[in-house]
Amino acid sequence: MAIFLNKDSKVIVQGMTGATGMKHTKLMLGDGTNIVGGVNPRKAGTSVDFDGTEVPVFGTVKEAMEKTGANVSVLFVPPAFSKAAVVEAIDAEIPLAVVITEGIAVHDSAAFWAYAKSKGNKTRIIGPNCPGLITPGQSNAGIIPGDITKPGRIGLVSKSGTLTYQMMYELRDIGFSSAVGIGGDPVIGTTHIDALEAFEADPDTDLIVMIGEIGGDAEERAADYIKANVTKPVVGYVAGFTAPEGKTMGHAGAIVSGSSGTAQAKKEALEAAGVKVGKTPTETAKLARAILAG
Amino acid sequence: MDLFEYQARDLFAKHGVPVLAGEVIDTPEAAREATERLGGKSVVKAQVKVGGRGKAGGVKLAANPDEAVARATDILGMDIKGHTVHKVMIAELSPEIEAEYYVSYLLDRTNRTFLAMASVQGGMDIEEVAEKTPEALAKVPVNAVEGVDIEKAREIVAQAKFPADVAEKVAEAMVTLWDTFVAEDALLVEVNPLVKTKDGRILALDGKVSLDANADFRQPEHEALEDKDAANPLEAAAKAKGLNYVKLDGEVGIIGNGAGLVMSTLDVVAYAGEAHGGVKPANFLDIGGGASAEVMANGLEIILGDADVKSVFVNVFGGITACDEVANGIVQALELLASKGEKVEKPLVVRLDGNNAELGRKILSDANHPLVQRVDTMDGAADKAAELAAAK
Repeated sequence: MAIFLNKDSKVIVQGMTGATGMKHTKLMLGDGTNIVGGVNPRKAGTSVDFDGTEVPVFGTVKEAMEKTGANVSVLFVPPAFSKAAVVEAIDAEIPLAVVITEGIAVHDSAAFWAYAKSKGNKTRIIGPNCPGLITPGQSNAGIIPGDITKPGRIGLVSKSGTLTYQMMYELRDIGFSSAVGIGGDPVIGTTHIDALEAFEADPDTDLIVMIGEIGGDAEERAADYIKANVTKPVVGYVAGFTAPEGKTMGHAGAIVSGSSGTAQAKKEALEAAGVKVGKTPTETAKLARAILAG
Repeated sequence: MDLFEYQARDLFAKHGVPVLAGEVIDTPEAAREATERLGGKSVVKAQVKVGGRGKAGGVKLAANPDEAVARATDILGMDIKGHTVHKVMIAELSPEIEAEYYVSYLLDRTNRTFLAMASVQGGMDIEEVAEKTPEALAKVPVNAVEGVDIEKAREIVAQAKFPADVAEKVAEAMVTLWDTFVAEDALLVEVNPLVKTKDGRILALDGKVSLDANADFRQPEHEALEDKDAANPLEAAAKAKGLNYVKLDGEVGIIGNGAGLVMSTLDVVAYAGEAHGGVKPANFLDIGGGASAEVMANGLEIILGDADVKSVFVNVFGGITACDEVANGIVQALELLASKGEKVEKPLVVRLDGNNAELGRKILSDANHPLVQRVDTMDGAADKAAELAAAK
């Protein structure tokens, strides 16, 4: 089962022929991802050889979908062109668009989110500024290292890439159903709540690890959602307790504004919803381990 | 990036938001000519990125050019809530004010949309209005694709219950303010107060603008708006090297890869520091996924150049980048710094995990650098780095 991505996913890569796109397409193929095409209007009709796997390049997302049946697009498109690329994916009604790109202007991400909504949200957007998602042993759509861990019964949703990797590593012996990096920008497509809902419904997931960080109120709203809707155990971690007010900490969305968006408030909200929150990533992993051990 | 009032005024003027004349100066004597240009009277306004400057004595009327020089002398160098005044705006005197309003556009992260806010109770702290009389603050979602035309602006103005005699003029100002918000890639544009004058005009008397750094690629003029004098010298040096660095007030220098992991590292060090005399992280520094020797050297150079730093914690999780490359980067970075004549005297605690961790650890052990200690867990390494900082 897993969530959002599985062995049947047919993946195309927008921006495949750029340096980052090439590097990660090769890695995704190595993890067993069924990559059926790349998109680049200037290189349409050509193909790229990845260690013996020929991947055709199409002019548009629509054409790639028609010719290959693709249902997932991973975007490695530079910030200046990301809005147009996401809008193209939405117009083609591809079910899932994973936007890896970091540094997209907020007016662009707000615009493509509003556009997706106006089109009835037929395209699930993950990101931007995210590592993508992986269903170990089945498919990898993004830049999460495929060899950290194996298939298992933990579901992970996180705003941060490296903390995703750290947590997968801490719990690598247990394994993961899916791990979803939702991104650290102020405006993102798929939220903690969307992933929690999907993991709750996924029979292959027994426990959910949720990683948040300072900025916004997504964790607080996730806490309310958990209280009302999630029956599976949830373990949480929040980064940024020591972040000063008004400073952006690496991720564009990671900023405490006045008294809002603090790690303390997020931790308290999660704990009030019955989520066990670890003080460090390692302690969080221990909490998850203890629950699974019963 | 938050702007000064005078910069906000300039952007408002550029996009047609009605404002009064004003120019920024940084010497008292310049206040004379600026006031003469305004017809002999002016308002001298401290330029600081903090509220409450009026109450602090940072806004004064000048009835003639001599008075403007005297007021500018008083205000320049003044401390307002920890902010030293380096610049003042010499502004045109406002016609008599009949009413003060509030209008703004901002990003509503929760609803992933833009939001217009408007109130007929302007001139005071809007958070106070929102708290005490929430019904007096209209909040109207604005679709990022549709934007604000005059129809939408009228809807906002109607919801905020502006009086009929000013409604249309306020709506027109709301359209130009929206133009400013979009054209400048702003995260916030706020006018407080927007005033109605006795002669029937609508004017933006004070404003705040915050710009999106991610849009710099298409906003080449924004670089000039940066307040380079105020930047911490270490932050400025890091920025020049393309590093993502924030100076903090502790003693343990931090280098890590990935924003989330680095934020987490700061927290873990602060917890560990509780047992070591309360030492804290000295900075945030994310060297990104690549973690090449050159980037590592640049990062180490910044951190070791911070006089507050007593020990350094390098915390790397090898994802796509393998730990052996990172370990080589650290060893080469230390050699690079030594060859540049930099004195490396602060102890480094290095934790490597993930892709090729064993190989990376071996490289560090083999290099046997006298200042480098390997600790293989994040919590353990944080504790060691805190202990070393406390011992100094």
